[in-house]
Amino acid sequence: MNKIEARLIQSLNEILSPDRVLTSDEDLVPYSFDGTAALKQRPGAVVFPLTAEEVSECVLLARRNNVPVVTRGSGTGLSGGSVPLDGCLVICLVKMDKLIEVDEKNLTLRAQSGVITKEIDDACAKVGLFYPPDPGSMKISTIGGNVAENSGGLRGLKYGVTRDYVMGFEVVLPDGTLTFLGNKCVKDVAGYSMKDIFIGSEGTLGIITEVILKVLPRPKARKTMLALYDSMEDAAKTISAIIAAKIIPCTLEFLDRVTVQCVEDYAKIGLPTDVEALVLMETDGHPVVVEEEAAQMMALAKANGARDVRAAADEAEGARLAAARRNAFSALARVRPTTILEDVTVPRSELAAMVAFIDAVAKKHKLQIGTFGHLGDGNLHPTFLTNERDHEEMHRIELALEEIVEETIRVGGTVTGEHGVGLAKKSFLKRQLGEGSYELMRSIKKALDPQGLLNPGKIFD
Amino acid sequence: MASANLLQSLDYSVLQQCMHCGMCLPTCPTYVETKMERNSPRGRISLMRAVADGDLQVTKALSDEMYYCLGCLACQTACPAGVNYAELFETARAEVEQAQVDDGMQRGFWRWLSLNVIFMRPWLLRLIGRVLHVYQSTGLDALMRRLRFFGLMPPSLKKLEPQTPKIAEHFSDDLIWPEEKPKQDRGYRVGLLTGCIQDLAFSNINRDTADVLLANGCEVITPRSQSCCGSLHAHNGELELARELARRQIDSFDLDSLDAIITNAGGCGSHLKTYGHLLHDDPFYAGKAKQWDKKVKDIHEWLVQIRFRKPTAGAGVSEVTYHESCHLCHGQKVVSQPRQILASIPGLTFKELPESNWCCGSAGIYNITQPEQSQKLLTRKVENLRQAGVPVVATSNPGCHLQLANGLRACSSHPCQEVTQPVTLLAQAYRAEQSAQGGGVS
Repeated sequence: MNKIEARLIQSLNEILSPDRVLTSDEDLVPYSFDGTAALKQRPGAVVFPLTAEEVSECVLLARRNNVPVVTRGSGTGLSGGSVPLDGCLVICLVKMDKLIEVDEKNLTLRAQSGVITKEIDDACAKVGLFYPPDPGSMKISTIGGNVAENSGGLRGLKYGVTRDYVMGFEVVLPDGTLTFLGNKCVKDVAGYSMKDIFIGSEGTLGIITEVILKVLPRPKARKTMLALYDSMEDAAKTISAIIAAKIIPCTLEFLDRVTVQCVEDYAKIGLPTDVEALVLMETDGHPVVVEEEAAQMMALAKANGARDVRAAADEAEGARLAAARRNAFSALARVRPTTILEDVTVPRSELAAMVAFIDAVAKKHKLQIGTFGHLGDGNLHPTFLTNERDHEEMHRIELALEEIVEETIRVGGTVTGEHGVGLAKKSFLKRQLGEGSYELMRSIKKALDPQGLLNPGKIFD
Repeated sequence: MASANLLQSLDYSVLQQCMHCGMCLPTCPTYVETKMERNSPRGRISLMRAVADGDLQVTKALSDEMYYCLGCLACQTACPAGVNYAELFETARAEVEQAQVDDGMQRGFWRWLSLNVIFMRPWLLRLIGRVLHVYQSTGLDALMRRLRFFGLMPPSLKKLEPQTPKIAEHFSDDLIWPEEKPKQDRGYRVGLLTGCIQDLAFSNINRDTADVLLANGCEVITPRSQSCCGSLHAHNGELELARELARRQIDSFDLDSLDAIITNAGGCGSHLKTYGHLLHDDPFYAGKAKQWDKKVKDIHEWLVQIRFRKPTAGAGVSEVTYHESCHLCHGQKVVSQPRQILASIPGLTFKELPESNWCCGSAGIYNITQPEQSQKLLTRKVENLRQAGVPVVATSNPGCHLQLANGLRACSSHPCQEVTQPVTLLAQAYRAEQSAQGGGVS
């Protein structure tokens, strides 16, 4: 393994302070991975800057010494975006955790990159505001990581993804330049939208150190409902019927049988475990509209074959149900030791067929796949339940994944709806994008980071 | 010492169960303090796995990390994947002890004296208790403090000396008969665990527990001179001693004749319920230990299970809040029952404590081994108690009880003035009932 030279460590100690520079084995092992299964690589050193200037100095130092830099927040990513490279410098931003301003006049919020996403929504809630993007890991993930990965979440159907809420940010470029892109203006058409290139760039173009986010008035009412089905098809039909009825709920989530069992095993909230599909529906907005939409959605669910439809008694029960869904991925780890989570997304019209396809692939390759996801926006999370030590089974997973990806691309879908490409999806990227758009992406990386300093080998080689 | 690598011989799937999703991070008091991965459950498990994989040596730094963990098990509650952190944590501590990487003379001596000698011999522990009681009750301790006698002690011990628990005048064996029968028998026969620290410092709470059981129609069997349950040993990497104590504990009760074995200390209860795992390799005790696990019930859990009788009189307290012992809520998942008991007492308003299940920093002997982090947690807890603004806090573990009392004592003009336990309040209410009816207790 490549160690970072002592001279360089000494310089890092001078830029930061020795307690914010980690180099011992016991300190580095826990930074070998992020939330992605089966990817592991020990870094050369980990540093914790407190300011953008410190980030810039670390980048300059790494640049002068040709040491690759991997940026990281809480390490909850699911595509290997923040998994280190051999001997790299990890810049961990969790200590840049100041929430700088909630601007009620402009409906914006300003925060350092290391602020936990849920703290942002909590700060908004205190003054009647709302930060809609809600990745499943929002209790842990950092806002900088959300912007870098362009994270989605359970409310994507109505409110979109992180990109839709980023108004501007401060970024350190690969040459150490510190600059600000965007501003608090609702309308701004001055030149290229530079910020959009950085959102979702997965740490390959720059290091985002501070963000300005757009926030919304908090919806006055919210209603959560649960529909139970004996067939996945009926669940999918309900979703189509809701969309066709011109209702845009904030959440339409589904869990298959395997996932429901694991979630119930963990959360013990009384979910029935003998269903083929469970759909979590949520509508928010003006109380009158919410009531009307909720009634309509429940009726549509019943009309489309739901075995049972129930509404959460109150906000607290609704929150419990949503929280249980947030833990679906981790709860699946109860079945087998290794869980490999996929993130394929298809046009909504293709959903039912795609779920059936995944099921067939699982049977064909004798694999256990738990599927859950965002029925409303077409984002599926087929999760392979396996053991990374079983090489033969891991091989069958590769074959199955290949087929699922092929089908996804064939029906006009994407290999990642919200987790990013990172290491996990890069072999599929060209197939989806086609030569022209793939090369365009690469040339942007080359233009901004000719030395290949920032997160090299992620998204593409 | 040439023995097997304990983490390597552990069932690997327990280590693999952690899929590093990070859901544990915001619930871990040490990670929240430092924001460093190695101070988190996910980080510690990765270190354990690296040892099991042969990628990491067992070093002093690893030992330091395992002892920086409070073992509060908040991560276990938060973990959707169901990682058995308690087992990993105990195995890792046993591993670092076996590797003897942290063998300072002084540490070795105190560990040996407390774990191998004092807490293995109930008579010796009680003898020390008696001496301490005389020392405290004659005011000799205050005199020594005035004479600055403790100036001779190392600073860490000097700071701890005023925190020595106040030793009770009578221990449990003086207060509770080996067999006590209820006035109105409901046919339940239960064993009562008196504990070691509980016995020395809070024997009155053991009496209260017996009273509450009697008031609910349970016959109470309390074997004499019980020993430590071994949780202290298991949590400090001495699994062999813990096994020895578990065998003794099992032997002191006639399991077949009892419906339940009642524990009223959160920390002990959490360990007592895992004898089955601890002794699973023991040909003679494995079966008994399994049976034992099924019968061990926390007092709150048992009372709710048998539908305890709601008292008709109050406990002389108007408002109360509740601090959850980590091992009662995270270890045993006994969460609603103590609240139900408090809510059942007439005239008593129950108010939730912010962060009620966040560790108070007592954590076994953590306040002795890691005074700095322990103090930070205590300060946070005391501040939350101030927020609650209630005069009385109830808790359910002797360690937490002492820690809260010390924290509140050090903080003048704090709204919270008293630490008590749910069973004590319930016992007081039953007694008030009795005196209203002009009868005696039970």
